Amino acid sequence: MALEKKLGPATRDSYGKALAELGKTHSNIVVLDGDLSKSTKTDSFAKAFPERFFNVGIAEANMAGMAAGLASSGKIPFISSFACFIMCKAYDQLRMAVAFPELNVKVVASHGGISVGEDGASQQSIEDFALALTLPNFVVVVPADDVSARALVPQMADHPGPAYMRTGRPKAPIIYPEGSKVTLGKGNLLREGKDLTIFAVGLLVFEALAAADELHKKGIEAAVCDLHTIKPIDRDLIKEQAQKTGAAVTCEEHQIYGGLGSVVARVISEEAPVPMEFVAIRDTYAESGDPNQLMDRYGLTAPNIVMACQRVLKRKKKS
Amino acid sequence: MKSSDTAALCHTANEIRKDIIRMLTEAGSGHPGGSLSATDILTALYFKLMRHDPKNPKWPDRDRVVLSKGHGAPALYAALAHAGYFPKEWLMTLRKLDSPLQGHPDMRRLPGIEASTGSLGQGLSIGVGIALAGKLDKKDYRTYVILSDGELNEGQTWEAATFAAHHKLNHLIGILDYNKFQLDGAVKDVLDMEPMVDKWKAFGWEVFEIDGHDMTAIVEVLLKAQQVKGKPSIIVAHTVKGKGVSFMEHNNHFHGVAPTKEEAERALKELEEKGK
Repeated sequence: MALEKKLGPATRDSYGKALAELGKTHSNIVVLDGDLSKSTKTDSFAKAFPERFFNVGIAEANMAGMAAGLASSGKIPFISSFACFIMCKAYDQLRMAVAFPELNVKVVASHGGISVGEDGASQQSIEDFALALTLPNFVVVVPADDVSARALVPQMADHPGPAYMRTGRPKAPIIYPEGSKVTLGKGNLLREGKDLTIFAVGLLVFEALAAADELHKKGIEAAVCDLHTIKPIDRDLIKEQAQKTGAAVTCEEHQIYGGLGSVVARVISEEAPVPMEFVAIRDTYAESGDPNQLMDRYGLTAPNIVMACQRVLKRKKKS
Repeated sequence: MKSSDTAALCHTANEIRKDIIRMLTEAGSGHPGGSLSATDILTALYFKLMRHDPKNPKWPDRDRVVLSKGHGAPALYAALAHAGYFPKEWLMTLRKLDSPLQGHPDMRRLPGIEASTGSLGQGLSIGVGIALAGKLDKKDYRTYVILSDGELNEGQTWEAATFAAHHKLNHLIGILDYNKFQLDGAVKDVLDMEPMVDKWKAFGWEVFEIDGHDMTAIVEVLLKAQQVKGKPSIIVAHTVKGKGVSFMEHNNHFHGVAPTKEEAERALKELEEKGK
């Protein structure tokens, strides 16, 4: 059962590849980028379909507004920038021009989380889940690896309505074998376990699996779920796992306020109340540094998840 | 344009003004000043210049109007009702629960609305997106974006203006309802946007300047703007806030306050006189 860490492409690379592929079958896809196409990886679409790619310059608000006009005219616009820039600078445009009229705009933002690394806090998005989740009508997706990202991009394109996807900068550990089934709105139970359930997204899915390995050595069996679609959340899976295992830990590369933890906690308190612990960024901004060192410094690695699991199990026994 | 055509358009504009007064009085809130200043422009568009079919509001080849200054909604609603997009009786439901006539335009609820607006500064970007889609689809429809002077404070407008010129979107026509007031006072006092014409020229737009209440001038200038090649056009239309009702003209009290019943009676009487 020992987990092997094998790095695959970054999810931003997977997005770029999937988008260029999608362009062949979806002639109504138009891609906009805010002068970051080499980083968000929309450059592969730009190369394949130059007539349907527009670099709007460093102007995120205009990009989101334009996307609304394109969508109301029958196009499927994909707009990309860094997560902090598109979600923070264009939030009002995503609210008024996209979410409110439920227009078919796809926002795919790279450089999510603190694993951006050396560029530091200004480029690291820790608020994007919360911002996207509070927009009515938006679907919110966070793929963990290459296979799931490539599976989710086309489903996102075919879902009628606004959607947000966060991709990451660093190479992502491989979670899913090629051809795995990853369905928008359905979480995946990656590992069975009777003692508790770890719900994770993005790079933290691998860390959760590594933590489960470690816990197994200590005689604790942790289930691990990838909740790649945070909205609409897979209520059935969360309810079933909470009832079955009696304790839950959420893990995300995001501010502790308003992200995956908040959503799972709400579902659990509504459906099957059990003790919970939360692995997330504790209401602070990060800093420059090597991505792995940063993830460790801000409590987002397997050892931190192991400790959270041990805490939640103590509370489970008491209750 | 024949003088009989001009007279007919002026008559329609006057009827729309009467409806604006009635709607806002019934609603008890809303924005009379900026609705009345945009009335003649909207009338010229819907009753003379636009290619549209009120019975088929989603016709792919239709010309589009984006009311970026969403608080001017009563003028747009009245124009759409007079054009036949929906029954005129709906006008009196403005701002009431379940009404398709929301306080600011909602494209999901009302036929003929091309964009949901109300957060200022966004309409030009939406218009750019619509115009770009038309260019990609090799369609020849035109997109008209009605802007307020106050909303030009918003930087997004200038992002959109830059993109439109860079991509030579000549089927995009902006119309600035330059009534010289914003909520807190005169534009020149709050945040002066002059030199207006030079700004748009510097951004690469073809600029026309007119009296936004001279019906003949509005029609002629828009016909000219339709012929412009290789760049978008903006009509800087000098208007009067509250135009058509003597005690509302140049009176910024009526920016966002509905007339009382007594004020409405006086206003309607004045407009009746003008219509004779």
